[in-house]
Order: sequence, then C-alpha cells, then structure tokens
Amino acid sequence: MPRSQPALDTSPKVSDEIKKTTCYMCACRCGIDVHLRDGKVRYIEGNRDHPVNKGVLCGKGSAGIMQHYSPARLHAPLKRVGPRGSGEFEEISWEEALQLATSWLEPIRKSNPKKLAFFTGRDQSQSLTGLWAMQFGTPNFAAHGGFCSVNMAAGGLYTFGGAFWEFGDPDWDLTKYFMIFGVAEDHASNPIKIGIGKLKSRGAKVVSVNPIRTGYNAVADEWVGIRPGTDGLFVGALIHELFRTQSVDLDYLLRYTNAAWLVIDAPGAEDHGLFARGEDSEQLVYCTASKAVAGCKNTDAKPALTGVRTLPDGRSGRPVFELLAERFLTDTYAPEAVAEQTGISADQIKRIAAELAHVAFKEEIVIDQPWTDWAGRRQEKMIGRPISMHAMRGISAHSNGFHTCRMIHILQILLGSIDCPGGFRYKPPYPKQTPPNLLPHGAAGEIKPEMPLGGPHLGFPHGPEHLLLDDNGGPNRLDKGFSWDAPMSAHGLMHMVINNAAAKDPYGIDVLFLYMANMAWNSSMNVPGTIEALTATDENGDYVIPKIIYSDAYYSETVPFADLILPDTTYLERYDCISLLDRPISEPELVADAIRHPVVKPDRDVRGFQEVLIDLGHRLKFPAFTNDDGSPKFPGGYPDYMVNHQRKPGIGPLAGWRGTDGTATCTGEPNPNQLDHYLENGSWFGLHLDPEHAYFRHANRGYLDWGIQKGIRASADPTVFQLYSEPLQKFRLAAEGFGDRQPPDSHRDRIKSYFDPLPFWYPPFEETMVDEARFPLHALSQRPMHMYHSWGSQNAWLRQITAANRLYVHHSVGATIGVEDDDWVWLSSHQGRVKCQVRLMDGVNPDTVWTWNAIGKRRGAWGLDEDAPESKEGFLLNHLISELLPAGGGGYRYSNSDPITGQAAWFDLRVGIEKADNTGTTAPYFESLGDASQAPSPERLAYGKQWKEPAE
Amino acid sequence: MTTLPEKTEKKLGLVIDLDICVGCHACATSCKEWNTGGYSAPLSDHDPYGADPSGAWLNRIHSYEAGGRTVHFPRSCLHCEEPDCVTVCPTGASYKREEDGIVLVNPDTCIGCKLCSWACPYGAREYDYDDGVMKKCTLCVDRIYNDHIPEEDRVPACVRACPTGARAFGDLGDPESAVSKSVAERDGYGLFEEFGYKPVNRYLPPREPLNLPVAEEPEAAETPPTTDTTQLGKLFAWIDRSLS
Amino acid sequence: MHPAYSVILFTTASGAGYGLLFWMTITYAFGMLQVSPWYLLVILIVALLLITAGLLSSAAHLGHPERAHRAFSQWRSSWLSREGVAAVATYVPSGLLGLCWLFGIESTLTVWLSLLAALGAVVTVYCTGMIYASLRTIRQWDQPTVAPIYLMLGAATGALLFAVLLALASAASIWTSLLALAMLGLTAALKRQYWQKIDEDPDPVTMEDVTGLGRFGAVKPLDPPHTRPNFVMREMGYEVGRKHAEKLRRLVWLCLFGAPLVLALLALLSGPVLAAIFYLTACLSAAVGVVTERWLFFAEAEHVSMRYYKAA
Repeated sequence: MPRSQPALDTSPKVSDEIKKTTCYMCACRCGIDVHLRDGKVRYIEGNRDHPVNKGVLCGKGSAGIMQHYSPARLHAPLKRVGPRGSGEFEEISWEEALQLATSWLEPIRKSNPKKLAFFTGRDQSQSLTGLWAMQFGTPNFAAHGGFCSVNMAAGGLYTFGGAFWEFGDPDWDLTKYFMIFGVAEDHASNPIKIGIGKLKSRGAKVVSVNPIRTGYNAVADEWVGIRPGTDGLFVGALIHELFRTQSVDLDYLLRYTNAAWLVIDAPGAEDHGLFARGEDSEQLVYCTASKAVAGCKNTDAKPALTGVRTLPDGRSGRPVFELLAERFLTDTYAPEAVAEQTGISADQIKRIAAELAHVAFKEEIVIDQPWTDWAGRRQEKMIGRPISMHAMRGISAHSNGFHTCRMIHILQILLGSIDCPGGFRYKPPYPKQTPPNLLPHGAAGEIKPEMPLGGPHLGFPHGPEHLLLDDNGGPNRLDKGFSWDAPMSAHGLMHMVINNAAAKDPYGIDVLFLYMANMAWNSSMNVPGTIEALTATDENGDYVIPKIIYSDAYYSETVPFADLILPDTTYLERYDCISLLDRPISEPELVADAIRHPVVKPDRDVRGFQEVLIDLGHRLKFPAFTNDDGSPKFPGGYPDYMVNHQRKPGIGPLAGWRGTDGTATCTGEPNPNQLDHYLENGSWFGLHLDPEHAYFRHANRGYLDWGIQKGIRASADPTVFQLYSEPLQKFRLAAEGFGDRQPPDSHRDRIKSYFDPLPFWYPPFEETMVDEARFPLHALSQRPMHMYHSWGSQNAWLRQITAANRLYVHHSVGATIGVEDDDWVWLSSHQGRVKCQVRLMDGVNPDTVWTWNAIGKRRGAWGLDEDAPESKEGFLLNHLISELLPAGGGGYRYSNSDPITGQAAWFDLRVGIEKADNTGTTAPYFESLGDASQAPSPERLAYGKQWKEPAE
Repeated sequence: MTTLPEKTEKKLGLVIDLDICVGCHACATSCKEWNTGGYSAPLSDHDPYGADPSGAWLNRIHSYEAGGRTVHFPRSCLHCEEPDCVTVCPTGASYKREEDGIVLVNPDTCIGCKLCSWACPYGAREYDYDDGVMKKCTLCVDRIYNDHIPEEDRVPACVRACPTGARAFGDLGDPESAVSKSVAERDGYGLFEEFGYKPVNRYLPPREPLNLPVAEEPEAAETPPTTDTTQLGKLFAWIDRSLS
Repeated sequence: MHPAYSVILFTTASGAGYGLLFWMTITYAFGMLQVSPWYLLVILIVALLLITAGLLSSAAHLGHPERAHRAFSQWRSSWLSREGVAAVATYVPSGLLGLCWLFGIESTLTVWLSLLAALGAVVTVYCTGMIYASLRTIRQWDQPTVAPIYLMLGAATGALLFAVLLALASAASIWTSLLALAMLGLTAALKRQYWQKIDEDPDPVTMEDVTGLGRFGAVKPLDPPHTRPNFVMREMGYEVGRKHAEKLRRLVWLCLFGAPLVLALLALLSGPVLAAIFYLTACLSAAVGVVTERWLFFAEAEHVSMRYYKAA
C-alpha cells in the first residue's frame, strides 16, 4: 500500500536576526544568542564561543522569554500614596521621580552622609554602585554578599588569595578526584554542569559532601550525607588522616606557603603568635643547613618545618607547620572522634583520605611546560596533584563557615593541589595577596559632608587598625560591618541593615536606597520582623525609616514597602558591564569580561538602574559624574561610562579593545569604538594566557609580572598561602588587652575564642543556645536549579515546574511523627513556626529537613493570582530564622552571623517538627499586598502562535 | 498513512545519560522555547499565573530515588519503531516518517481525539487544550535539517542546551554512529521494552560507584622506628627524613 | 482514565440506539415484528436519534470537530476510523429503510436493507468496543470480554428500549420479554466475569519496570516533573476510590441488571398497560445503570503511563 507523508518544510525561517548578549537569569553570566523575529524574542540559546557556557544554556536561561515578557514587570516610576505595604502608588514621570530622589538625598549629603544606606542585591555592577556610594560619602554601602557567601570569599582570600565560585574553577580537563562541599544546584550553574559532565564521562571520581542528595550531589560517585555544620570536623579529620599517614606535599608547602615561617612563642607578650620578622619585616624561617634563622624569601635556606627554634632576640619561635600538625593530629579530629557528630563513619573518612592521598601522590600529572618561579628559578615541568574541590553555601552559611572554609583550603594546600595541573585553578584577576591589599573605608574620620569617601567601602582588614569605628569605638557602619561585632565582614552585612535602621542601633538613617534585593521577603531573615521594621512608626506616627527608594524590574514583595520606585529594565533591554573591576567572567587561562546591551527596546517607561545612578550622580554633583563646568561627565549614560570612565589612568570598566585604535588590552586610553568591538565579538572580551602562565600563578614570575603590566595584579610578590593567618591573631591580641584599639569588654571573649590564627571547628551558635531536645533537626534550603531567588515564580514556564515547595524529610523522621507525603506539619524554631507539607525521601541526612528556597510567595506580588500555589502552599524557612541570636551572657544579642565575617548563618537553623491537621494553607499566611498599579496577568499564553507556519 | 512504514532509512533518536543528568530542566525549557515558536507552535499554557498552571510540554523531567540513589529522569517521545499511537489515529495525522523514523503529528489534520495519547505507554503525547491538537516531541524536525541553522547546531534544542552533555542525538539504526556506540559501551536500554513498541531512544544507566585505589598506611611502608611513637612524633620524624 | 461525559454519553446512547436498530431490523427481517409501517418508522427514528446524539456528542469531544470527516480515512489500521466508517455506512441502509417505510414500501428490498442495517449496528458497536479493547496500555481494557460486553450492553439496553416501544404500541409479546431477560442475564454474566478478572489481576507493571531503574532497588518518585497536574495526569491519572467503586458496582448490579430483570419478568406477567410501565421503569433504571457502568469502565481503568508518576 503506498504511503504518503504530508509535505513538511524542514528548513523554515528561524529569525530575522541574532543578537549576542549576556544572560542574567542568574549570576552565572553566560553568553546568549537572542533570536529575534518580528521584533519579538523567538528563541534564546547559548553562545558557542562564550567562555562561560560554551554554547550550553541552563533551564533558567532557556526560559528567558517568559522572564522578559513577565506580567510582573514594572511599567513606570511610582510614588507611594497609601501606607507602606498597601501597594497604593501613583505613576509619575522620570523627571519627577529623579527630582524627588534628589530632594531626599541632597540634604543628607550636605549634612550627614551616614544618613543614607545604599545596598544592592543580586546586582552585577558593584564597581559602579560602589563608586556612586563613595562619591556620596556614606559608609553604608554593600551588596548581598553578607548573606550569600562572604565566608567563602574571606576564607579563601585570607588563605590563598583566591576563593571558590567565580574566583576559580577545578581543572575540569585534568582533575581525577573532585570534592564538592555544600554545593546546591546553582552555584555555579553551567560551568559546574559542564564540568561534572566532563569529569563523569572520563571516569574521574566525584565525591559530594552534602546533607542532601539532589542535583550535582545526585550524580556524585560517592555521597557523604553529613550533618549540617559539621563539615569542619569532617575536613579536620581528613587533614588528621593526611598527617597521620604522612601524605602531605612537603615541597609544595615549603615553596608556596608560610608552613616554615616562625611564630613567636611568647605567651603574654604583645607580639605572641605573630610571625617573627627580620630585616624589612621579612618573616623568618629556621634554616637547617646554616642552623640559623633566615628570611623567608631566602631561596638558599633549607627551612625547617618542625622544632622549637631560637629567635635572634632569644625568644622561641615555632614553624607554622608544627602548630598546624599539633592542631589536627589531636584526638579531636580523629576519624573515630568525629564520626558520631558528623554522621560519617570513621572507615569512610579514612578511605576518602587514603583515596585523596593516592590520587595526589600516585597519580600526579606532569606537563612538559617550563616556567619560572617567583624567585626566578626555572622549572622544567608543571607537576599536578589532580584533586580539586569546590564549596559553597553549605559551608558558607554557618556561623563556623569562615574557619571551615579555611580548613578546606588548607586540605587542598597540604595535598599540593592549588593552581596546579588537575587541581583548583585561579581565574584572573585572582590570585590576590593574602589578604588582598584592599582596605575598607568609612571610619568616623572619613565621613564628611559633601566629601567622597577616600576609597572603597569593602575590603580586608589586616588587623584592628583597619576597623571602621566611630569616635567611641562602636560601629560606624549601620550594618556594624568592620566593627568588633564582625571585624572581617568583607561584604558587609546587608541582612542587618533594615532591622538596625529601625532599631536605630547604632543609629537611625533618613533614606534607605535598595536595588534588586527582595528584602521584604525571601532575602531577609525573620520576614515578619523585617516587615515590621519597614513599617515601624515613631511617636509622631512618622516612619522610623523615613524614606525608602527601591529599584527593581518586577513587582516583588519589596516594592509595596518603598516610597519611590525606580523601575528597572529586563536583562534584554539594558546595558551592563561585567567588569574586571568587579566580578568578571574570566576562566583559568583567559582574562575576560563582558557586556550586556539592549537587544530589544523597552515597551514601558523604564530605565536601567545604572543609567539612573549616573543621572542621579550628576544631579547630586558627584565629582566622578560631573565636569568642572557642571555638565554631566557621561551624557551618553551608562554605555558612555562603560567606555570612558577610568578608575586609574588607563584602567576602566572594560578591558578589551582599549587605546584610541583599539589594539590595547586591559590598560590603555578609552576607545570610543570599544562597544562596537564587544558587539562584534559576541559581547565579551578574552585575553588568553601564555601556556607558561597557566599554573602556579601565585608564584609564577612570568605571570606576576604580566599581571602587573595588565593591571590585574597589585604586587609582584608571590601570593604566599597563609596556613596560619596573622590578621586573626592581631585581633585576638587586641582582645587580650594589647594595642591601642581593643574591643569593649563585652566582646573580648568572643574575639579571643574565634579569632584563632589556625582554623578549628566549633558548633554553630544557634544549636548551642537553643534547646536541642525541642529543636532536634537542622533545616536547610536550596535553590532549585531551574529557579533563581524569587525571580522564577513570575516565569510562566519555570513556575509550572515548581509552583509550591514541600519540606523534604527523611523517611525515619516521617515514620516517627506519623506523616506521609503531602501531610501537613508544623515546623518550629526559637523564632517562630511555619506550617507546610512534607515529602519523604531517603537521600537526606536523617537529622536534616530541607526545602526549595524562595518558592513561597506573598499574595499580591509577582503578578500571581491570589490563590497561586506559591502563596497557599509555598513557604519560606526565612520566617524561622532570626537575624539575631538569642541573648547570651550579658544580654547582648549578636547578629546571627559568623563572628569573623558577619556572614548570615541561615544554615544554622534548628527546628522541631510535629504533625499538623491536614487542612488549609500554609502559615504564616500573610495578607495580600496591593498591586492595583499593575495590569492583570493573562489567563492563557500561546507564545509563538504568530510564527506558526500556514497550512499547506 | 497511519500504517507504519515497513522500514525506515534511519532511526533517529536520543540517548540520555542518567549518570550525568543533574535534573536542571534545561532540556525541558529549551524544548518548550524552541517548539512554542516552531513546528508545534504554540505550546499553550493554561492559567500561567494562577492556581493551576499547566501547559503543553514535550519533555518532562522526573526525579526518583532508586535503591538509595537520586536519579533525574527526562522523558519524552521515544520514537518507537512499532507504536500503536500511530496506528490508532483515525485521520492519519499521526505518522512515522519513512526517511528517519521520527513520529510526528500533522497539526493541520489532527482532530484532537486524544486516542494516540491513550495508546502511548510512556505518556509522551501532550494534548494542547487551546490548540485542540496533539503535540509531541518532533526531535526538532524543523532544526535538524534546517539550512538556516549552522550545521553544528542542527540537533534537537534539548541536546543543544544540555549543560552536562547528558543528551546525544543520532541514528540508532546505524551501529557505527556515535550514539549507537555509546549505547553498546554503556549497556544502554530502552524504556519498558517488554511493552513491545520497540522504542528507539536509549537511556544510559547510572554507573556503578567507582572504587579507587587507596594510599598505603605508612606502617606498611618501610618506617624506621622513632623514639617518639605519638602520631606527631612519627609525622615529624618522617618530615625530618624527607627534608634531610 | 478520565471519564469524559461526552464519551460516556456517546457510547451508551449510541450503544442502545444500535441495539434497538439491531433488534427491530432483525425481527423485521424475519417477520417477527407486527407493527404498522409508521410505527416501524417511529422505532427507527428513535434508534437513529440515539445514535446521532451519541455521535454528535463524541464529535464534541474532539479538539477540531470541523475536521471530523478526516476520521474515515484510516480504516485499515484504526478501530476509531473503522467505527466512523461503520457508523456512517449503517446510516445508508437505515435511511433507505426509513424512506421505504415512509412510502409504505415493504418488499424483499426492505428485508435486505434491514439485514444490512442490523449488520451495520453489530459492526459499529464491535468497533467501538475494539477501540478500547485494542489499547494494551490499559490493563482493564485489554481484556477479551471488553468488546463482547460493548456488544451485549448495546443489545441489552436496545432490547429494553425495543420492549418499551413495542409495549407502548401494545405489540409486546413473550419473546420481547424473554429477549430482554436473556440479554440482561448474559451481559450480567459477562460483566461479572470482567470484574472478577480485573480484580484478581492486579497491575503487574511497576515503576521499576517502566523506568528501568529496578536494577538499583526499589524505585520511588521524589519530585514530579511539574507540581500541578498536566494533560497526561488529568486524562490518564483519574482514580476512583476502591470503596466508591464498589458502591458504584452495586449500583450497576441493581440498576442495570437486578431491577430491569425483575421488572421485565413482571412485565411478562402483566397486562399491556402495566407491562409498558414496567418496561419503561426497567429502561430508565438500565439507563442509570449503563451510564454508571460506563463511568466505571473509564474510572477503573489504569493507564500504564501513570507508573512514571505514581508507584503501583
């Protein structure tokens, strides 16, 4: 019987044009090809040439169309007319909006710049926002790193001048053993996915250390279902085992670390525990050949790693290595001792340590690539220990995260696996010095009316002398960053800003200016308390936080609480600059940055936030944005700034195609045609490193010099890994009563305890302060891979995948309290309780419950219907997390944060669970926010119908 | 034309590696995005911002726990060799292409009786309530031969997007093709083969856990006795030997 | 399977219509039907109305009813197409028969036409049954009794209707009652066998089977692809509680079989007026019963694709 198939055009037209820009569905910054047809977005796919994603695109990026056309987009500037939270707004013009903002900001700048707090959330233009805040002169600026991963950044930068996530990557092509600690589905997105795919396909081993077995952890060859907050014990036990089995890379330690540096051993002296120093403050080692001390840079010395040595002044000094070995070879870190607390058997710990040792030392990689070390010694080969590690939120968001992070880096260093073939690799401009030569600014003396700040807000204190204190020794920043509460808070403490402002502790402010941070919902700990703070009134009925300006692209839960809304564009409508001055897109062998540019025109009266900042900067007459004659410095707005702003002569936001003819890279005169070059190259720039600069860049003479030439390194000295961190000891000495800057008595014990120059494990604070019998479980949240923060819920496609979250509970816990899938439970903490539905699973640590983050939504936001599952069933753990710890001795309530960095400790949460009646909706069930200013959302979608090929 | 071709020139299909699929849904959303403006345009969504959001999707990602493992499991049409979803169609709208074996629904002749979806044991056919016709994976028939698309991109959208490389596309009828070789090497399997539709797509099962060699205990190596028998003492003695 | 009312209505109404058509044409052909030509026409019209209502209702179930004509093309492989062809084909002899009777023609031609119509009715209902019986994806339908039950239910409900119509014309006789009793009894036996079979044959297909993941151990769903039901789950994932199903099965026994059997028996023993009332009551009861039976036929049917969503 003859068959006839319908005629089919297998080669239909796809698009009118393809525009290449940078994704912003999360912070990964992948290159995308946006196919446009009839002025609409037909399709978005990964840019094959792009260094970050190499053509692939994740679940979020591939749903970009629905983000761009979301009904939750803001349409015009809004001025609040009803009470805060009512959502009663009137639309105003941009001119009126900017005048209003100026009228609020100008008097503050002229009187007391501290009265402005300017904080940004998921923003990727901190070099601009930071500059703006510096120009304003307020000390109160930071981004969201304080509740994101400052422990990772600080832990890494103080230890080896780099850090996980975007500061480095495993050597995906060569590594043979990959350990991931506390990595949820999203950090990072495509690079890790590509990498894991590569590793697994060529038979490398992936070990996941995570209480929850989903996503990356699901495909790991070995899952270590650790109890939350005990990673430090586990890693400490691995270090213990490496020491016990004599499996450390001594040559690597001598070459690249401070293992041999002598630490002054003079208890009671003001310099006890600091490094012994010789001429020019050079740290000393003990040379076993000359039997005398020598400078640490003396390449002829044969430094000792052990032994009590006599210092030139007659006192004793001991090498760092010996102190480190003593710390970790104690029984505290013996596998048998940590097994119970971590929930990991001693045998498993020992085996993993032995596997690490085997891969590092029996399967080393040798690359025939000569290079020159920092001292000018030619090396014939590059020797690699093919072990790499990556860690993220599960380490970071604990109050012991800084030390745990340092411990992981020390584990890497002992194995000799940092920036070597097969190991962890820096991405330029990393490595920096340890700690980076970047100090925080904003102490009392630096804040004056109409005076820009002398330097960036955020940095890395080397000791108490770099704290930002007021005249009484108290915090000078509203978030208490860089004060004795959180001395090394390199990213600030955004999570404390609103509550501190409402409590006027340390002081009240006049204007709160927020960008792209959903602080009235999923970005705050203790949401009800934060809402209370946003709406608190004084005895006159005036708001305690008098003015709130907010910029976002979407109608989030935070919008209704602001007094003035500056509507931002979507990511396809804007310029952006992903800069080497901020968070570039470099790869280990590529210095790279990128731009976003408008690929579609906004159909609403909205402006990119950076445009608005530059405009406001000029209206406020900031020197960086205003010419001497009063005219704007960047009349062309943000793209003008991207091209023409110079941070230092020759160094601007973009590194590519500099110089008037466009031939210079990294440094050079501004080039008026720079953006055209970026557009021609797919919106990114990359400069490849020479093969001899591919590894050991912390001590690679060629790279160090090249880095200075290119403006990505500040010092030609090598980066020496700090197994022992002297800045911590300086803080500790201050707490012990030395020096002219000492903590108040209330803080002394805390500083003494936690500012240990060698990493150690201590239990997360919350569990030591609450009744563990009432709150026996740990509660965690992770972001689903296909969602990012709260943005995903307005996305018609992504929310179909996850419109409501469940509390995932181990089967044994479910059996104990008698619940099955979808039954309701009460989950309570010392802060409050939440009603939610459970799902039972096996792949979770039995002491842990968890849920997907930021799925729960408040009614009246994100363009969702009142009865959307996100608000009826969806819930947040945020309601259970206090921004403050319970009152300790003395009644002071510290921030629920890491004592060193101020990192929000939202993974410390302890909860109890009990069965609830199987009815109703989640609790707390907040009343609906008004969203009358928004157009109703459509009831059907048939996106793409217009491109249906007509029937034959 | 509802009858099945006796033989197809190729057996195009997907190979999905369950060992590296991390469940990111990239294949699902990229599929939705491509196809809502492509051959199957539109893939409608109902109540997209309301209480009961749903829509036509041609690829869906389950997750299971199987004997203690978490397995992410993408599921779409398997382009079976002998599927009843084609033969039950009363209009001939559902057909299997002779040239490449792709099972398609002709959106211009489908009457929307849904019988083909009843005949599919894999739940791979999705009715578009708004459009009134059945939708299904087309293996991106409007991409894989499309002259407007660069040659290297002429693969289904899901394969093009997949960040871990867990999806491959090719001719499973050709034993020499890369996909056939990976199936042979990894013991790839067809879903629910017992049912008898002869699915073409293949799944590569999660690998067995790796057992790596471990380093020897130092006691096993030649360790001269030291006076200090504490662990620290042994370590320091080793260091002294190593550095001398 | 989702019990769509249009499909339930279609299969029950057209089933009864074809049953009626069959009995009237077959008895006519064999000279057993002693009513006036105009009453023949009335019975025929009732049968065709039921059939047509059913067919229209099934067309309403389509996404594109305006393309329904395309469904006649694939009779070589598709039972649905065959059903369409048979249904339309059956209209030809039935319509001609009606015309003949309208013009008072009764001849060999009308005998042949009625035999053809009877054949058409049987074939059409058999095709309907086979649409379901041929689906191996649904264990409860992939049963040898399914098509016979469709035929027998059409025959039984048609016989009851036939008895009502004859009783109204005072033309009922012993054999009309016996016919209804026999059909009901036979169908009940078949249905009993069917339910026994599906009850004792629990779904052998597991989540381990369909995913191929059984090699690692027991398979449990962790997260569904989407948090709200999709088309497949709505269409194939309909579930009826065991207790509820048992209640409904009892209703079927009572309304479809028990009551009509007793009423038909009573009608047999009654005078013409009372018989008509008994038949009519039996018919209404059977209508409730057959709709319930058909609803259960769908609601109790488990589609194998649901194993991807829910463990057995």
